[in-house]
Amino acid sequence: MSDQQSRPKFRWHIIVFLAPAVLVYTAVMIYPLFNTLRLSLFTEVDQERVFVGLQNFQTLFGETVWSSQFWNALGNNFWFFIIHMLVQNPIGVALAAILSHPKLRFASFYRSAIFIPTILSFVIVGFAWKLILSPIWGIAPGMLDAVGLKSLYAPWLGKEAYALTTLSLVSVWQFVGIPMMLIYAALLSIPDEILEAAEVEGITGLSAFWKIKLPLILPSIGIISILTFVANFNAFDLIYAAQGALAGPDYSTDILGTFMYRTFFGFQLQLGDPHMGSTIASAMFAIILVGVCLYLFGIQSRMRRYQF
Amino acid sequence: MNAARQNRFNTIAAHGALILYTLIALFPVFVIVINSFKTRKAIFREPLALPSADSFSLIGYETVLKQGDFFLYFQNSMIVTIGSLFFILLFGAMAAFALAEYRFKGNTVMGLYLALGIMIPIRIGTVAILEMMVQTGLVNTLWALILVYTAQGLPLAVFILSEFMRQVSDDLKNAGRIDGLSEYRIFFSLVLPLVRPAMATVAVFNMIPIWNDLWFPLILAPAEEVKTLTLGSQVFIGQFVTDWNAVLSALSLAILPVMTLYVIFSRQLIRGITSGAVK
Repeated sequence: MSDQQSRPKFRWHIIVFLAPAVLVYTAVMIYPLFNTLRLSLFTEVDQERVFVGLQNFQTLFGETVWSSQFWNALGNNFWFFIIHMLVQNPIGVALAAILSHPKLRFASFYRSAIFIPTILSFVIVGFAWKLILSPIWGIAPGMLDAVGLKSLYAPWLGKEAYALTTLSLVSVWQFVGIPMMLIYAALLSIPDEILEAAEVEGITGLSAFWKIKLPLILPSIGIISILTFVANFNAFDLIYAAQGALAGPDYSTDILGTFMYRTFFGFQLQLGDPHMGSTIASAMFAIILVGVCLYLFGIQSRMRRYQF
Repeated sequence: MNAARQNRFNTIAAHGALILYTLIALFPVFVIVINSFKTRKAIFREPLALPSADSFSLIGYETVLKQGDFFLYFQNSMIVTIGSLFFILLFGAMAAFALAEYRFKGNTVMGLYLALGIMIPIRIGTVAILEMMVQTGLVNTLWALILVYTAQGLPLAVFILSEFMRQVSDDLKNAGRIDGLSEYRIFFSLVLPLVRPAMATVAVFNMIPIWNDLWFPLILAPAEEVKTLTLGSQVFIGQFVTDWNAVLSALSLAILPVMTLYVIFSRQLIRGITSGAVK
């Protein structure tokens, strides 16, 4: 290595190679992140920034006006996450399992088509579903009518009881492609010898999936779960596009992202408050950090990884 | 005989399930696009029918092109996306090369530091980012967005690219050194061309989230002349809620560029995901 020979000389080129990335990353991502945590300890009095310690957190968790909104958003966010885990990931795994069948024809066509919703923006997805589910246009009631289930129809996005679940399912519809692709990749990487050995033992079809493939793709399912968790707890766009910043009806679709946006930026009569916004951001940071740590130390380190 | 029949049944069931899901995935896009070419009456009377000679109309598109500055929005989105990708790839590759090629004090720490951002979303720091952009006068400029997206994309780019750069043969680089090439020449003319496929993967991964982002354009660059296509269509649709022709046409126009990108890059994207670049 030339490193050894040039030891006495300071290797400037390492600095030159690293500097741009480290500078941009530090200045635009890491520093603002910590600055946001710091700002949550301040408030504004007469247009001046005053240090108030943990008072903002006291307001957020202690005053009912704030705390009821926060717990509502957090609870909704958990429901949003649970639906993704229960619907999106199993469908993704099932689709990937079917697609990975070696003799399946048109597999690449199905794969590309099912991935299309994932590339669309939240604005398109939010409005498209809003129109389709709308009682004015009548596509959803019309289609239910065609199969004789018209009585099941309700203006789902407008009803407090259904709106959040409906939006979660729309989001599932949009993102099913991601677990599908990642699991598909994991399934392809299982060596044929293992599957052939199982076949010799008489394990084929569904039982091969449950007994051999599923245990082998568990690490990928773990990664997908944590990616889903992080993405859900910082979601905002879909709710904003479909229901606006007020996350109606009556805050029933409010999640942490929309709550933070309203608080920080203000909306209609409510004035924006960057310090309370930072406080909510800090709470979100803590939640995401706890989730990621649980995954890294609780799940990933215990999971057995197979090297082929 | 029995096994063969079982097999046929399985194949049909597999295709049935996939076709059903493909229909679910494509149906909304299909409905939006066909209805954008119909008259208002036809949209409501027969929402699932294809536009016929009778019901065909471009009135929605006319409204959109007259009222909204979609060409400008499109141009802004292009500048932001291409600019961000350029910096992510250039800076990311340089840092990845430094981490993969040289042994120096703090190498591992630097790698971990840069990897932090893979898991922690940049949105958490929005309050302070906005404050910084206001102080530096970058608010309502495309530079604000380019900087944010570059910072957001760098961690994963460095991670993926350094994996690939470790595979570049040492002999090649050492031969270059013996020939008297500088470290910069070795990076730009020997290593970069070899990791081009990995760069393409990184570019495709970053392209779609940047193009589709609503949060940062809404907060950092909401002014008319710097609106991106995503924000522009969101605002436009919000204003024209009751004009169904215009809304459907605006949605179709917003779908068009992403679909074009997808058709061009889907093979690259799928190869990138399935080659295990994100494990």
